[in-house]
Amino acid sequence: MTINDLAQACGWKLLAGEDGQENEVDGCYIGDLLSWVMGRAQSGNVWLTVMGNLNAIAVAALADVSGIVLCEDSALDPDAKKRAGMQGIPVYGCSPNLYQTAVSVYEQISGLAEQLADI
Amino acid sequence: MSMLHLEYQVPGDDFTRAGEASGDVKHKLKKLGYEPDAIRRVAIAMYEGEINLVIHGGGGEAVVDVDPDRVDIALIDQGPGIPDVEQAMQAGWSTAPDNVRALGFGAGMGLPNMKKYTDEMTIDSTVGVGTTVKMTVVPGRKG
Repeated sequence: MTINDLAQACGWKLLAGEDGQENEVDGCYIGDLLSWVMGRAQSGNVWLTVMGNLNAIAVAALADVSGIVLCEDSALDPDAKKRAGMQGIPVYGCSPNLYQTAVSVYEQISGLAEQLADI
Repeated sequence: MSMLHLEYQVPGDDFTRAGEASGDVKHKLKKLGYEPDAIRRVAIAMYEGEINLVIHGGGGEAVVDVDPDRVDIALIDQGPGIPDVEQAMQAGWSTAPDNVRALGFGAGMGLPNMKKYTDEMTIDSTVGVGTTVKMTVVPGRKG
């Protein structure tokens, strides 16, 4: 599914990078240590974090993740917002914590939410 | 002579510009049609190297030579040098200050990531003189 579809289903708010909203998502990675994330997140993952700085945008671009979700209302720095816009890296914000957000992602990409809706 | 020779100046202590050189190399490799896995490995290894130049090297130079069958990256600084290269290569070992850790770096993963994502890597460092890290990525290997 696209990250835009996922964002709508999970109730995330787009903060920057609208050009990347059609990026496909097929998995999820969670982390705040940038080198750790860069070494382990897979291309096509949506990245859940609280790191909204410029370097997080660079890591997202270099690791080819589908986009960033800033959980627990963590802030997106103004310069990071600008860079995300320039590079077309979609960045979303939400209030739930990392675990709750990961559960929502799982429900959507596994098709569980759809199955539950049919019951 | 390589097919494409690129040189970048990486300023010290400026985290806002780290990633410009690796981003540019990634963009160029994409245009040249390199396989995505090799591009990703070059981009990650080079970004880690850039961050090291910013944090530890006081800035430096990144030199990239692109050929159809290999990408060679050299990161050169005139910083303080690495007293114990073997220790620096251990995952989790870091001398990064707290302000760097607050940005999400300094986990001691930089050099191990660079080794993990490249096919060859050498570190030549002299305390008080500087450090040169050379890396090679061969498309089709590792990954």
